[in-house]
Amino acid sequence: MSARLEIRTDVCTGCGLCTSACPFGALSLVDGTASVSDACTLCGACESSCPFGAILIRRTGTVAEGISGYSGTMVIAESREGAIDHSTLELLGAARAIAEAEGGPVSALLITSVAGDGPKVLSEHGADVVVVVEDPALGHYLTEPRAAITRRIITERKPAIVLAAATTTGRDLMPRVAKLLNTGLTADCTSLSFDPGKGCLLQTRPAFGGNIMATIVCEGTRPQMATVRPRVMKALDPDPSRTAEIVRIAPEPGELVSRVRLEGFRVLDEGIADIAEASVIVSGGRGMKTPENFSLLSEIAGLLGGSVGASRAAVDSGWIPYPHQVGQTGKTVQPRTYLACGISGAVQHRVGMQSSDTIIAVNRDETAPIFQFCSEGFVGDLFEILPALAKEIRRRRGSA
Amino acid sequence: MRIVVAMKQVPDTAEVRIDPERNTLVRDGVPSIMNPFDAYALEEGLRWKDALGGEVIALTMGPPQAEAILREAVSMGADQAVLLSDRAFAGADTWATSHTLAAAVAKLAPVDLVLTGKQAIDGDTAQTGPGMAATLDWPQLTFVGRVLGIEGGRIRVERYVEGGVETLDSSLPAVVTVLKDANTPRMPSLRGKMKARSLQVTVWTAADLGLPQSETGLEGSPTRVVRIATPESRSGGEIHRGSPEELAAILADILLGEGGGE
Ligand SMILES: Cc1cc2nc3c(=O)[nH]c(=O)nc-3n(C[C@H](O)[C@H](O)[C@H](O)COP(=O)(O)OP(=O)(O)OC[C@H]3O[C@@H](n4cnc5c(N)ncnc54)[C@H](O)[C@@H]3O)c2cc1C
Repeated sequence: MSARLEIRTDVCTGCGLCTSACPFGALSLVDGTASVSDACTLCGACESSCPFGAILIRRTGTVAEGISGYSGTMVIAESREGAIDHSTLELLGAARAIAEAEGGPVSALLITSVAGDGPKVLSEHGADVVVVVEDPALGHYLTEPRAAITRRIITERKPAIVLAAATTTGRDLMPRVAKLLNTGLTADCTSLSFDPGKGCLLQTRPAFGGNIMATIVCEGTRPQMATVRPRVMKALDPDPSRTAEIVRIAPEPGELVSRVRLEGFRVLDEGIADIAEASVIVSGGRGMKTPENFSLLSEIAGLLGGSVGASRAAVDSGWIPYPHQVGQTGKTVQPRTYLACGISGAVQHRVGMQSSDTIIAVNRDETAPIFQFCSEGFVGDLFEILPALAKEIRRRRGSA
Repeated sequence: MRIVVAMKQVPDTAEVRIDPERNTLVRDGVPSIMNPFDAYALEEGLRWKDALGGEVIALTMGPPQAEAILREAVSMGADQAVLLSDRAFAGADTWATSHTLAAAVAKLAPVDLVLTGKQAIDGDTAQTGPGMAATLDWPQLTFVGRVLGIEGGRIRVERYVEGGVETLDSSLPAVVTVLKDANTPRMPSLRGKMKARSLQVTVWTAADLGLPQSETGLEGSPTRVVRIATPESRSGGEIHRGSPEELAAILADILLGEGGGE
């Protein structure tokens, strides 16, 4: 009794589509039919790639825990000194969209030492119910108390879906809770949608260094849990007429016990405007050639009230420090305008900026990948265009 | 100190390329490597063994060929190597992986510390460390940029979070996941290489760990990948050509209209 991959040799046409669909290189053609090696992880990519239904993954004896009785979407709120994080508001926006198809209520779980006007903010941004666990001992985030309380509230309230931001907090808390609840968790999702037919959340995330997007489901257990990359989902505009039901729950004394103690917290002031917050980002890549040339970008960013970003190539060359890096291994940004100068648009850069409202590219190579997904492309030498642009902005400002 | 370093063999994602014609991953000739973050976890384990005495055990779950990274770990200074390998482990998601690794840590008892990389570069989930800690009911310290000290059954670390650095102190045993900031991994030594060559890797199956099929591999995995695709392309917008002055004028129209705050 085990799960295994079955190839129906009578149906297989030897077309080879599955061999290129396999991310693990486990499939090959042997004597004109598909054949699987030990490298197979049973991920299922081939199953959906085969137009002839020749590949089946037989799942025997899969544990299907009770999934009935679970409904709605719960958002795990993050707050700092009483202020709700923007990432939480984005999750509420995503949860409302899921609720349209899923039908259940949107709830928010706020665990904090000071609730303040947090419940009101959560309500105005889309929560139907706000569960508040407020206690002086629940100030700075510590894993064990949060995990114990979160686990209990999920068990009691039975949401079908639980979302947290893919911050260091969410990515610390959620895997612990999911493991204890014996349910599935998908990390760092960039897109979520609800499949009403299957009753499942379709959770899409980048993998293999951003080279592929994988869609993951959690069919047999509840809740379906996901962490969601900040700045990808959109928060709704606050609606003051919305009033959520507020449920106050006290922590149990045993839940406040932590074997980890916080000795201190040092705020890191990076000394720069945080690009994650900027509404205009002027970004530079390898095409900038030298660190000095970044002053061209600072100048334009300054004129537009924006911040300076960079590709990894520029950061790795030491032209600008790491906190400015945009992309898979840097920050994800979602400004209104992203101006990319001398950046080719590699997939790892793109995943960090593709949800910007307007993407403008300046590049002298018209075959650069960035021209395939930007909103406005400018073909030419940035060392000619950018100084002309700075001059033009000054001229218009001066004559305005 | 008895330290277990949990590690993973991964394809070098820096070498993975997309075939533009077929829109699929090109894996031919892509080397398998020790997950880079795990090398920092190993170095951290070796540093504390050097300081306090004890031993470092390299642990991985994977197909038989994954023993290559265990030999590499031994060549760097690990004392023992354990490979969890069984067809029943195939298709494991992070729940089943952390469950299986935790069972091995329990079998290796007494263990003072489990170290692992922040995340693996193929899946990028960062979920296996906390999953192990949950299963073992141990405290967890994730995203650790520096281990400050280990003394009197306690560990002090710096955890790098949004906007700052936490200093945390925890009882042992604990699970710690490390960032690249933690240290600089050492090179294999000649003696280590010789030891690695003759090393007997311990291989444990699901039966050795006493795990039922329903808790390992695909069967024990609550999640399933249903689709793999290359990132969707947003169709290209308008492309402008012309003299620098012409282009600057159009750019200024767009920037000042949308984001210039005029
Ligand atoms: C696991 C992994 C993670 C990664 N993470 C990130 C990440 O977080 N962020 C990131 O950015 N990258 C990341 N990368 C790297 C990514 O693959 C690319 O290598 C990188 O984004 C390239 O940077 P670039 O566009 O600046 O350089 P290039 O690709 O070299 O492009 C430079 C561009 O500048 C143009 N140019 C040159 N001179 C001029 C000129 N005078 N005028 C106009 N245009 C000019 C060229 O035509 C070219 O298109 C990652 C890679 C891997 C494997």
